[in-house]
Amino acid sequence: MEKTVNNKAWFMVLPVLLLVAFTAVIPLMTVVNYAFQDSFGNNQFFWVGIEWFQELLASERFHDALVRNLIFSFSILAIEIPLGIGIALCMPKKGWGVPVCLVLMALPLLVPWNVVGTIWQVFGRADIGLLGYFLNLIGINYNYTQDPIAAWATVIVMDVWHWTSLVVLLCYAGLVSIPEAYYQAARIDGASRWAVFRYIQLPKMHSVLLIAVLLRFMDSFMIYTEPFVVTGGGPGNSTTFLSIDLVKMAIGQFDLGPAAAMSLVYFLIILLFSWVFYTVMNNAGAEKKHYAGEE
Amino acid sequence: MSTTTGTATIETGVAAGGQAPRSRARARAQRTGSRYAFLVPTVYITFLMLPIYWLFNMSLKTNQEILSKFTLWPDEPTLANYMVIFTDPSWYNGYINSITYVVLNTVISVAVALPAAYAFSRYKFLGDKHLFFWLLTNRMAPPAVFALPFFQLYSAFGLIDTHLAVALAHCLFNVPLAVWILEGFMSGVPKEIDETAYIDGYSFPKFFGKIFMPLIASGIGVAAFFCFMFSWVELLIARTLTTTAAKPIAATMTRTVSASGMDWGVLAAAGVLTIVPGALVIYFVRNYIAKGFALGRV
Repeated sequence: MEKTVNNKAWFMVLPVLLLVAFTAVIPLMTVVNYAFQDSFGNNQFFWVGIEWFQELLASERFHDALVRNLIFSFSILAIEIPLGIGIALCMPKKGWGVPVCLVLMALPLLVPWNVVGTIWQVFGRADIGLLGYFLNLIGINYNYTQDPIAAWATVIVMDVWHWTSLVVLLCYAGLVSIPEAYYQAARIDGASRWAVFRYIQLPKMHSVLLIAVLLRFMDSFMIYTEPFVVTGGGPGNSTTFLSIDLVKMAIGQFDLGPAAAMSLVYFLIILLFSWVFYTVMNNAGAEKKHYAGEE
Repeated sequence: MSTTTGTATIETGVAAGGQAPRSRARARAQRTGSRYAFLVPTVYITFLMLPIYWLFNMSLKTNQEILSKFTLWPDEPTLANYMVIFTDPSWYNGYINSITYVVLNTVISVAVALPAAYAFSRYKFLGDKHLFFWLLTNRMAPPAVFALPFFQLYSAFGLIDTHLAVALAHCLFNVPLAVWILEGFMSGVPKEIDETAYIDGYSFPKFFGKIFMPLIASGIGVAAFFCFMFSWVELLIARTLTTTAAKPIAATMTRTVSASGMDWGVLAAAGVLTIVPGALVIYFVRNYIAKGFALGRV
């Protein structure tokens, strides 16, 4: 659509601008302010320059949390994306099954995040939880509060439970937008099921998959509440992700300076990913228009 | 929705018109494939429902039954746990608090996002692309980064422990989201409609309220749903900004840990009750959920 140039449109954006300035810019400036200072209480602050940043980037604690978070995010993607595509392909395309599937699948998305944690905390317990009870019954020694591997497995299965539906819903929306004529053409050419998937369904899901991948990456990179409720970051530090570490530092220990420095670095990492997200998505949009123009 | 038939139709189509033996064999293989295709969503939904069932199951048991024996369904179903919540003000006020700030946030977010989304979808202006990107970055900001500065900011304004504080804080991620979703829906409305309305002598507010808003009603519904959803599920910020008077139900749940051990039954009942509002609203937007998650761009 051709847009007209009109700088008065700024007035329409102004309310959003003021609101977001209040909720985002002012707090962010506080963070920047703390990141360069040290405090000994009584609201006395001393300029320390980039000391906190040097300390943070050299600290093992931060490296470990970052690596754990990256491993977590990539395992989530490796499981949820193929699983989501597979389930979307098998979903009914019409009839009573469609609303039933959509509503039931979307349900985990609307459970408050700490309740997701509570649900899995209970579900995985060996004494009162269904999952833990049966795993121990068949001889697997499963205890997520003691065993780091069990804790990781619980956190990952919980995230798969919580968010795979998002991928399913997005892929499903992409699939139902494919015109029937494409399938007819494939049928006439005698295309195999794989060819239909590879050359018709996958390209049509391209843009929604991109959104799914990036949303899942970023949200899993910010994860806090669910693992915090289930494992509290433990056993030891084995499931302490960046957000958990940050909250521990900022609110638990009230180390304002280091926490602020970590916030900024953390935010910059995410900002980098959002930039990639935005650019790739815009390019994908431009490509789509390009193809549409050719048809 | 005539184009939504998908693979099922190909397979029956192939079967009907299968002349060559090779394609007939393939058609048979595909038909058996599609006959069992329903199993995948069924297994998946079972996986989704089991933990929720378990929570529901626990909410109907007494603590004694939960801890003393392992039963797949309650021996003596009881509503006592729910009664605790509905009779104790510190429990049910948590509910009222959550709903108050969620609704407040939804109204604020959608109201400020409407004109902004219109501007982004219709006009080019100085710095529009940068502004749009900047809004997006706020959706991507980790709440953990903002917890502490929010606490100090809202303390300075004396807003701590009010519904307004949580509603405003949640605007951090909901306003950008609402702008994105609404912009996606608005871009789907042809510009000629605006121009025709102006030629017919409509003023801008009249055009916006009487013609444009009804056209994007589903978009407004979806944006409101998403604001509701993300405000409802968020806890870190909501918990940081409240102490008692505006404490959300989800934060109240941590109270079940007491000296005599966990009160599992009440915890489960509270959990079940937090799922109910989501389950109710989801039904109304079931066909638009994916479009909303794709920020209006499917």
